[in-house]
Amino acid sequence: MSDVLIAARNLSVHFPLRRLGFGERPVVRACEGINIEIEKGSFFGLVGESGSGKTTLGRAMLKAAPISHGEVVFSDDEVTYDLGTLQGPELKDYRKRSQLIFQDPYAALSPRMTVRDIIAEPLEVMGLTSGREETDARVREIAAKCRLNLEHLRRFPHAFSGGQRQRISIARALVSDPKFIVADESVAALDVSIQADVLNLLNSIQRESGITFLFISHDLSVIAHTCDFVAVMYLGQIVEAAPTHKLFSETSHPYTKALLSAIPSLDPDVRGNAQRLEGEIPSPINPPPGCRFNTRCPHAQDRCRKEVPEWRELSDKHHVACHFAEELA
Amino acid sequence: MTSPLISVKDLTLRFKTDEGLVTAVNNVSFDIAPGEVLGLVGESGSGKSVTAKALMMLNAENSVYDDSSHITLSLDGEDIEVLSLKRPKDQMVIRGGAISMIFQEPMASFAPAITIGDQMVEQLMIHSDMTPAQAKEISIEMLTRVGIPEPAQRFGQYAFEFSGGMRQRAMIAMALSTKPRLLIADEPTTALDVTIQAQVIDLMKDLVDEFHMSILFITHDLGVIAQTADRVAVMYLGNLVETGTVRQVINSPAHPYTRGLLNSLPKLDDLEAPLTPVPGDIPSPLDRPSGCVFHTRCVESGAIAERCRTQIPVYTSDSANHQVSCHLATQGDES
Amino acid sequence: MTDTATIEDGDANVDQSRKEAYFTAGQGQLIWARFKKQRAAMVGAAVLIILVLSGMFASFLTPYDPTIEGRNPDYQNGAPNIPKFWDENGFSFRPFIYTFERTRSIETNFRWVTKVNKDKRRYVVLFPEGDKYTMLGITFRTHLFGVDQGKIHLFGTDATGKDIYSRTFHAINTSLAVGTIGVLIAFVLALIIGGVSGYYGGWIDSVLQMITDAVRTIPAIPLFMALAAFIPDTWSSETRFFFISIILGFIGWPTLARRVRTHLLTERNQEYVLAAQLCGASAGHVIRRHLLPSFTSYIIVDLIISFPYMVLSETALSFIGLGLKEPVNSLGVMLQNVTKADVLLNYQWNFIPVIFFIILVLAFVFVGDGLRDAADPYADTKK
Repeated sequence: MSDVLIAARNLSVHFPLRRLGFGERPVVRACEGINIEIEKGSFFGLVGESGSGKTTLGRAMLKAAPISHGEVVFSDDEVTYDLGTLQGPELKDYRKRSQLIFQDPYAALSPRMTVRDIIAEPLEVMGLTSGREETDARVREIAAKCRLNLEHLRRFPHAFSGGQRQRISIARALVSDPKFIVADESVAALDVSIQADVLNLLNSIQRESGITFLFISHDLSVIAHTCDFVAVMYLGQIVEAAPTHKLFSETSHPYTKALLSAIPSLDPDVRGNAQRLEGEIPSPINPPPGCRFNTRCPHAQDRCRKEVPEWRELSDKHHVACHFAEELA
Repeated sequence: MTSPLISVKDLTLRFKTDEGLVTAVNNVSFDIAPGEVLGLVGESGSGKSVTAKALMMLNAENSVYDDSSHITLSLDGEDIEVLSLKRPKDQMVIRGGAISMIFQEPMASFAPAITIGDQMVEQLMIHSDMTPAQAKEISIEMLTRVGIPEPAQRFGQYAFEFSGGMRQRAMIAMALSTKPRLLIADEPTTALDVTIQAQVIDLMKDLVDEFHMSILFITHDLGVIAQTADRVAVMYLGNLVETGTVRQVINSPAHPYTRGLLNSLPKLDDLEAPLTPVPGDIPSPLDRPSGCVFHTRCVESGAIAERCRTQIPVYTSDSANHQVSCHLATQGDES
Repeated sequence: MTDTATIEDGDANVDQSRKEAYFTAGQGQLIWARFKKQRAAMVGAAVLIILVLSGMFASFLTPYDPTIEGRNPDYQNGAPNIPKFWDENGFSFRPFIYTFERTRSIETNFRWVTKVNKDKRRYVVLFPEGDKYTMLGITFRTHLFGVDQGKIHLFGTDATGKDIYSRTFHAINTSLAVGTIGVLIAFVLALIIGGVSGYYGGWIDSVLQMITDAVRTIPAIPLFMALAAFIPDTWSSETRFFFISIILGFIGWPTLARRVRTHLLTERNQEYVLAAQLCGASAGHVIRRHLLPSFTSYIIVDLIISFPYMVLSETALSFIGLGLKEPVNSLGVMLQNVTKADVLLNYQWNFIPVIFFIILVLAFVFVGDGLRDAADPYADTKK
């Protein structure tokens, strides 16, 4: 247990909507009954499509989304926090230890601040440095790590390309020396030839400083190459979680299988095998009863429509939520 | 060799901006045969969208076409010079008539306050003399064909009532209802989830067979191209760097940029392989490199780097009709 | 196949230093660069600056005191005197005007008749000593121009003999002053109310919006009629002037408040604001560092565009007698005289000030529009 940096137990995040007319107030069940443990120093991947709740889960782990049920516990070498009850000075301390890298490099940087000011802002807000010189030194140190030179620091964000802006975002996240970073679709908006660059940068930072990353993406191939552990989400629930190589060699959940086969192969002669899913992704306001995947699962049976599958361990560190995981494997 | 459906020769397009005349497309030439799927691959700033819009004369007011540019559409034995079509009446044939387009953001492409059905009928009525009733019948038929359940009901619904994947299908239905010869698909699956993307790609492949239509498929996703295209053209910063069949380009890429692009993609069959990005950044279109447009990022130029910096490579073709614009590649041929 | 040797210089038609300037340009500089490119806006700005300065230095630029003190009792309802350089009697380097003599004439039943005496010339002089005026507490007597004898009236005189030219420039000053005070008050109120509304949202927003809408529906004319009845005659014209300005501000804030609130609501949801909040930034820091700078440019545009409305409101109110009154100089007051048929038919020069005001309002509008177009320099950079 001491290896685990942050863990979610039975976590649910619900967003109530405005009531239209009479009757029950509709609720968006963004996350339901999440159980994950992220180990220290690991690169944890969270993959899912739209409506899967992966962004909400990432934000909940940073206390940027409300926790409706369950708990999230953060525990590094110095402190242990229960995010549900965190407030005041302890919350401020948690902000130092956890950071977020956004998806859209164009919206994440204030266009009116120079790069130096953007990177220095966390230091100034959190009071981590005393005086301008110390701040400047630290900014330069982090900028160098992200391959931004002194000239760049004087410029404004509009001077930079998407990949460079993302590096500025990364620098901003690193400057407070966090233990935990959530990268929310951080390469999705970048060109393919630059994605690899940013991914390599994240990997090298992780190797060097031992920061724990939660990497959220919809792109399974990107996750496969950078993460050592993967959790697959569908409609607010985690359906399968395993170390990366196991997820690909011993795929158990039908959704994971469908996701894998949907990725278009680079080999023109390999046509995707027929694990095509029918239908659309249901709405998280009214998720299907029982196993939420039953409306699209090619192997759905009666039991799936009535009973919510249990989150159980298939083999070492490999969990899945499906009634028929063993038979289908 | 049948004559191509559409033939683009030496297309050069510039935009008048506050910062000066910016070249968006530089000397691009390619052909699309009837019934063929041509994939146009490139990243941001490559000029692929602008090229596609040129085929339908959809570019902005400040676009300046070079005099040497020619786009020829061969329709029923008659050759139409697209760039010389000035009057809206003449342009109708390229806009929704023989050429149709579907876009990346289906939500942005449908008028929000008009039902989907009305928009489809409007499209049909502009391009033919059918009655509204006939148009409605054909529209519902198309909606069925693209796999939308309960098409008669969906006909009267608005765009926001459709999910992302269904909107894209509706857009395909609308684009195909006029039975175009060429469908231009500008990043049609980029905004979709991967499982929905797979469905839409399957649909498009079936429709190509059924309608015997050509598709100009624009995307940055090489995987999608590998699964859908017959031939591929790779663009970089407004230039065409490589053209060939999909197997030629993906299995034996001739241009360093194509090689770099393929190498930077994470591949599922080799999880341990390191990701090698193409070094540097895409130059700004205001700052086009001299000589070969890719030389600032090319790692393979080596001994001939000086030549790459000063001379523009010529677009050469080998015996198998695999074309490339690169000094290194042609040097290999000569030796 | 051999390569054809072509050396292309690249399309770089911007050199390195200009690029660097673009990269390091802050928001203000980017806006100014875009503003400069709009011809109409630059012309408007020039005109505006000229008019504002003329208003400020009106006492110097005009030859006479615009009040009853500086009137010319011998030349009432007089036509404009245009300086000439040449007439039948010969050429002169110095511009001159004719002398007017007024006699009671038997033909018109002993009413005054003005006769022109072309032989008696009066030359225009520069920097003469004239009526006293004070600026910044110091008393001056020098005016820009005058005439060696008698008075010169470039725009003619009104019914009491006051010089319209002098009155016009003082009126510009008055109207600008009313506008400034009104806009300032409206702005402060709008900033507070719109700011709180937009930043906190929720029920605070709903309540404040209801108040805003209520104030906005107050009809101006009945309000001013009531106020006109309420203002005692004993108040001096200055007090009246301030009072009108303050009231205009108090009913002008809803529109601005709405705009402030909209800007804040948009900016509040920007990702970089969330990034700051995730560092534990306080509300004050977020407002100061992110929200305020983001809408400063828009607010300046809103302010400049509100100006003409204030000026026109004051004009309209004074014209119908509900605002400023004689002897204060403002366009509305000057136009009060113009409603008589006599004036319309015979003394059309009373309308000359209108041209100046049209130019003033147009200048504001062009500058405001130009600024609004230039104010979002970041719109292009979003992909």
